[in-house]
Amino acid sequence: MLQYSLKRICLALLVAVTVSFLSFMLVRVSGDPAFALAGENASESELAMVRQQYGLDRPVLVQYFDWAGRALHGDLGQSPYFKEHVVVIIGHRLQVTMILGLSALAFALILSIPLGVVAAIRPNTWIDRLALGLSVFGQAMPSFWFGLILILIFSVKLRWFPVSGSTSWRHLVLPTIALGYYGIPAFMRLTRSGMMDVLSSDYIRTARAKGLRAASVIFKHALRNAIIPVVSVVAVQLGFMLGGSVVIESVFAINGFGLLAYESIARADLPMIQAIVLILSLIYVVLTLLADILNALLDPRIRVS
Amino acid sequence: MTNLTNLPSEPFPAIVFPTPGQTMRRRTLAHWGFLLGAGVLVILLAASLLAPLLAPYDPYQQDLVHRLVNPVWYADGTWSHPLGTDGLGRDYLSRLLYGGRISLLIGVTAMSISGLIGSSLGIAAGYFGGRVDTVVSFLVTTRLALPVILVALAIVALVGGSLPMVIMVLGLLIWDRFAVVMRSSTQQLRSADFISAAQATGCSTLRIIIRELLPNIMNNLIVVATLAMSRAILLEAALSYLGMGVQPPLPSWGLMIAEGKEFMFFTPWLIVIPGTVLFLMVLSINLMGDGIRDITAPEGRS
Amino acid sequence: MSKLLEVNDLSIDLPVPAGTLRAVRNVSFAVDKGETLALVGESGCGKSLTALSLMDLLPRAAKRRARIFRFDDLDLMALGERKMTDIRGRRMSMIFQEPMTSLNPCYTIGNQLEEALLRHQTVSRKQARERAVFLLDKVGITAAGSRLKQYPHQLSGGLRQRIMISMALMCGPSLIIADEPTTALDVTIQAQILALLSSLQDEFEMGMIMITHDLGVVSRVADQVAVMYCGEIIETGSTKALFADPLHPYTKGLLDCIPVPGRTRRGAHLSSIPGTVPTPIGELTGCVFRNRCPEVTAACSEGLIETRNFGENRSCRCLLMQV
Repeated sequence: MLQYSLKRICLALLVAVTVSFLSFMLVRVSGDPAFALAGENASESELAMVRQQYGLDRPVLVQYFDWAGRALHGDLGQSPYFKEHVVVIIGHRLQVTMILGLSALAFALILSIPLGVVAAIRPNTWIDRLALGLSVFGQAMPSFWFGLILILIFSVKLRWFPVSGSTSWRHLVLPTIALGYYGIPAFMRLTRSGMMDVLSSDYIRTARAKGLRAASVIFKHALRNAIIPVVSVVAVQLGFMLGGSVVIESVFAINGFGLLAYESIARADLPMIQAIVLILSLIYVVLTLLADILNALLDPRIRVS
Repeated sequence: MTNLTNLPSEPFPAIVFPTPGQTMRRRTLAHWGFLLGAGVLVILLAASLLAPLLAPYDPYQQDLVHRLVNPVWYADGTWSHPLGTDGLGRDYLSRLLYGGRISLLIGVTAMSISGLIGSSLGIAAGYFGGRVDTVVSFLVTTRLALPVILVALAIVALVGGSLPMVIMVLGLLIWDRFAVVMRSSTQQLRSADFISAAQATGCSTLRIIIRELLPNIMNNLIVVATLAMSRAILLEAALSYLGMGVQPPLPSWGLMIAEGKEFMFFTPWLIVIPGTVLFLMVLSINLMGDGIRDITAPEGRS
Repeated sequence: MSKLLEVNDLSIDLPVPAGTLRAVRNVSFAVDKGETLALVGESGCGKSLTALSLMDLLPRAAKRRARIFRFDDLDLMALGERKMTDIRGRRMSMIFQEPMTSLNPCYTIGNQLEEALLRHQTVSRKQARERAVFLLDKVGITAAGSRLKQYPHQLSGGLRQRIMISMALMCGPSLIIADEPTTALDVTIQAQILALLSSLQDEFEMGMIMITHDLGVVSRVADQVAVMYCGEIIETGSTKALFADPLHPYTKGLLDCIPVPGRTRRGAHLSSIPGTVPTPIGELTGCVFRNRCPEVTAACSEGLIETRNFGENRSCRCLLMQV
């Protein structure tokens, strides 16, 4: 177990270093970032000044190690737009998005796991078809459009929820649904197929042969095993949802991390873009790491060996 | 020893097992999801390809006198603009038809690019194993850690949005599932007897992969390809909606929704129509993918 | 006094892509207290389905029918799933073929043993543990106390099968169904497990149904034998009588396939039965074995072949047998 964890952590570190390099290089895809920083109509001397100010005249690798070194100390640079430290701006915005992401995740799990379980217990019934239909529809629905339609129906027509903003829990209902529905197909299909596999396994037959009640067979013996693969997908999906907040926060005008990302991209706030891509990638790396370790803890075959 | 040629008749009536072709046809005709998906997709495909013939107007032609004309099912709608006109007076049906071409073009090309990258990596990892596998797995993990939509937005914004640019960026970003699925499919067949036999007869590796391996993992490849195609279409729409994908005045469906958002409280059909068509296109591609998976599945797994 | 288990004309249908598989057709057998019945046949002959149908654990799609299906004076056909769960594990237990996959990997041995008793009797967890230790001891597992804390993957196949046996015995059932309990095990362990089952059966006076394809196993443990072929019981008899004087050509063929001390001549070749088992889809005409039978006649292809009795506990489904 210890060896497994160490190996997994090493991999995570390696991935973290790679994504940090990629997010650093990302803003250089168009060539010299000085053009973006100094503005379109900058003169040659202004460009030179910007280059010096941001240290862009040094070799790229030196710049990267300098940037990464400061990032390790929690300094991701200054935002030319806010004239402030990137980290300060990001902190609060990230909190808003985390709340949104977690509630979207909870919404998706609460809906999809019971549905997946019931669909697996009663295959080819109306509820199985409903679950399948829901997941097929969910996969095909463009999230930004779904958000707009939710606004049209529940804010404009029915006036149940506000159109946009993020000041109360009522503001979060529609964005939660628009962001969370995207995870439903994955969770539900995985729960259903996992439960189907487990329910046809020998040890479930043993459990039934003991005379255990249906609830005990399903929840104690089947779900416990079927849920293990869902754990890793939960981490992956939460990562996707945080990424998807770029779209959903723009639709609902929520002042979170995603909207900040979108606006920073629109105004070519390079240090901010670097920082946001880096932070989202690192969150994903940490989430998948935690999921793998949790997975190992849930499975005695890995834990006790 | 009994004389085997002189055995009496079988105790049970003979069962006629259907040929693989018959099984496939029976399953195809019984799979309503596949039929529905294929039907809708054929219609959308035909409408997009025949857009120049079908479109009543030039999709770029503005007509500021006839702005925001309602579609025909509204009391004040007219048949001269069956789906109405947008905020610049452009015929919505014409834009919709031409928009389909953009979605399909991006879907097919981005899928091909990512398919080429992902399948090569995945097959190499599954076939050679060892170091190659480690490296590919690492690449996939790293790729998955990068938030697709954010990276795509940033690149398109920094380099400048154009159709080829969007296609390139999406193609370079969504190869992960190809790699994952092709890797595991290849691994499963790696030690199959027909591969060993081909190796024993001295076939080159490339020949084994193309002639022996590829036909046997084709159905998985097609299923992933449909998923990649719908993913590319959805991403393009989202990028264009955010204003950092296909640029105006091109009639991308995502862009049409973004342009319609301005008027959405008064003329909601401006976003409902392109969104519905977008949804239908992705849905039909996904249904076909699911259908192909079910139809080509081994007996008993459908 | 009726028998512990009495089954009459049990049939099981299973839908398959090519039609309806008539997997088990009109089988009848009975088991009494302290008695062992062996159901013997090739794989795919329907013996495992027969066993599962007794516990009402058939795959969902399978359908069973029976004229008499009585256990301990209860009509099992009329019993609902809820009532059936009260019987399973308490009065009737089953030991499965695959000890490696039959235990839940997520729970300790102790947990899985105790839950059987906790489900059926109002006992404390401590009492359940004592019972588990007692039974693990009975099946020859040393250091039973510490074994309870282990997970299935930490144990060998032989140990796991012993645990499966003690699990089946937790509530002191009156009938135990063992479905190929030794097939997945090493030969030396097979003998131990069989000896163990026999001695436990004597000690607790249980009825036992032993499902096996291995005639060696039959001769070691069974009092009565029912030979199954392609979904039918084609011959029954006491173990001794059946081995000494097989009536049905299939049984004869089976016995010729294995060396039997005192029966097989030194240096003689062991034979095999030519041909393949038919797939039971559609209506059966005549004898189910006729396409492989060395003694086949024209009459074998017609009508229905009745099961006829030849003395006490002895029956055979063959036209050729004269009373």
